[in-house]
Amino acid sequence: MNLYEYMGKQIFRSYGIPVPGGYVVENVSEVKPFEKPVVVKSQILLGGRGKSGGIKFAKSQQELTQGVNELLGSKIRDLKVTKVLIEDMIKIKKEMYVSIALDRTARAPVFIASTEGGVEIESVSHDKIFTRHIDPILGYSDFIGREAVTFMKLDPDIGKQFMQILPALYRIFNEEDCELVEINPLVITEEGKLIAADSKVIIDSDSLYRHKDFSVTDPEKTPLELEAQSKGYAFIELDGNIGVIANGAGLTMATLDALTLHKGKPRNFLDLGGTDNSDIVANAFDLVLKAKPTAILVNIFGGVTKCDTVANGIVMAKNKFSIKQPIVVRLSGVRDEEGRKILKDNGVDSYPTMMEAIERVVKVAGGN
Amino acid sequence: MSVYVNEKTKVIVQGITGHQGSFHTGEMIAYGTKVVAGISPTKAGTKFMDKVPIVASVRDSLVFEPDATMISVPAPFVKDAAFEAIDGGLKIIYILTEHVPFHDSLEIVLNAKRKGAVVFGPNGPGITSVGRCKIGIMPNKIFKKGNVAIASRSGTLTYEIVDAVTKSGRGESTVIGLGGDPVVGLNYIDVLEQFEKDPDTEQIVLVGEIGGSNEELAAQYIKKHVSKKVVAYITGRSAPPGKRMGHAGAIIEKGVGTAESKIKAFNEAGVKVADYPDDVPGLLE
Repeated sequence: MNLYEYMGKQIFRSYGIPVPGGYVVENVSEVKPFEKPVVVKSQILLGGRGKSGGIKFAKSQQELTQGVNELLGSKIRDLKVTKVLIEDMIKIKKEMYVSIALDRTARAPVFIASTEGGVEIESVSHDKIFTRHIDPILGYSDFIGREAVTFMKLDPDIGKQFMQILPALYRIFNEEDCELVEINPLVITEEGKLIAADSKVIIDSDSLYRHKDFSVTDPEKTPLELEAQSKGYAFIELDGNIGVIANGAGLTMATLDALTLHKGKPRNFLDLGGTDNSDIVANAFDLVLKAKPTAILVNIFGGVTKCDTVANGIVMAKNKFSIKQPIVVRLSGVRDEEGRKILKDNGVDSYPTMMEAIERVVKVAGGN
Repeated sequence: MSVYVNEKTKVIVQGITGHQGSFHTGEMIAYGTKVVAGISPTKAGTKFMDKVPIVASVRDSLVFEPDATMISVPAPFVKDAAFEAIDGGLKIIYILTEHVPFHDSLEIVLNAKRKGAVVFGPNGPGITSVGRCKIGIMPNKIFKKGNVAIASRSGTLTYEIVDAVTKSGRGESTVIGLGGDPVVGLNYIDVLEQFEKDPDTEQIVLVGEIGGSNEELAAQYIKKHVSKKVVAYITGRSAPPGKRMGHAGAIIEKGVGTAESKIKAFNEAGVKVADYPDDVPGLLE
């Protein structure tokens, strides 16, 4: 889960990482009287906000009110701005970069730092990037920071401030279950102070049970995907016309791939997971039907999820939602013959292999 | 010979009294797996299916000399359960549970390594040494003894491919689910090393998916170190970038982890990649 800039900065502040003074508003009436120059930053989960007009500078009350008014409610690359962060303007002498992320192959956090910040780290030349894995059991220790300071050739005073930020950054990465914690830019001000001018924090969604204080609605999820999430389904909308219900993430992906190779266009990804409950199957149809497919493919390899349970769920859904679209079912594995009999008795097509079902559904779905 | 587990492997189950844990333990016993004890602090002193003793802790189970554990407890308790197994000296730890925070997985995997234990999963379907031992939730009836070893990041898709191999008249030696999470205990290279040494294995199927770079690393390893025939299937080729396709690990980020990159890497290593799961047996000998 991606956090908004202001949320990341709240975390930074609570762990002792310096951030500019500021506050968040959702309405222009919440804007405090102008005291000093500020930056008005739209809170959206996108990089490159500045270039898209999502950041305004204000040197007067009038400019502040105007900036907030312009940004709130506006759309930046299709995302609606509902919150803006009003922050004291800082005098930038230099922009640096620092982050800790998961390296899944190495199975360890990787610490990245560079004196070249304010741009995407991918665009910085490799000889200017310090990269180092942190042993998760040993954790962060100052020798790691010293290696970075030496590599980056930081002035002693800046190096000292940098060394104070790193343990806090590592603590955030660990204690808040982050996939990524990034400060870009980490600014050296004209007064010679290090300050986090932006934040990017991604929390592992599997850890949210122990971080109930964070709540962000993923702006990239469609309303139907959010509904599916609240009902416990792994569901993704795609732009085709064939509704897909399968069991297991791998098999569901394989189903989409096979459909695509057969010139069929999947409308969605829906993984039933390992369930043996007909209601869960029936309710999956409710979601898929809301996506208005021209046909529905169900692909089940029975194990924990038994084929007759799925067949009963399909029949329930067919009656409950008066489904008009053709339903094509593939059942194989545990209790497949029983399942196919239930379907046959209720007038639903079913096949023993994935390929037969795919060929059939592409044929009946039309729209190509 | 077999890899990781065999007919002598003594298994305990952490989470034996849960709905999933008890059903699958029953299936494992039916398969022939030596389940020597189950762990449940509240049901210690009773027996599972009238034969498997239930004890309060891993420590209490050590009198049965277990080699392996299957962990099927809710995600928040997995780290503690795995640490308990590592502390008890168990050498094979299979974690079925999904949605384990990856920071927990990192600690589990590293601590296991330091104590000489092997972790499978989290979020995997199990390991089967065909005809000898099954740990996990794979359906019993799909297997047939043979010379094909299979390693996969998926669950159901693995069954699909095992079933296709079996129906083609071939059979399997060992089938390993590595787990669908971004951080898991073993990668393909670890198991390829074992399959290469295993006299029961003559050919190998790798079932991969989008996300990460483990398939690419496996391809490089195969080029240098694997003499046995390897074929692959990669899923997620139609997946849009930035969307998590069910598995936390299956996501294309910043162009890394695409199916194209994995297929290309395999092809360059002389590994044929099937278009459909059903096509896998046709690529085998």
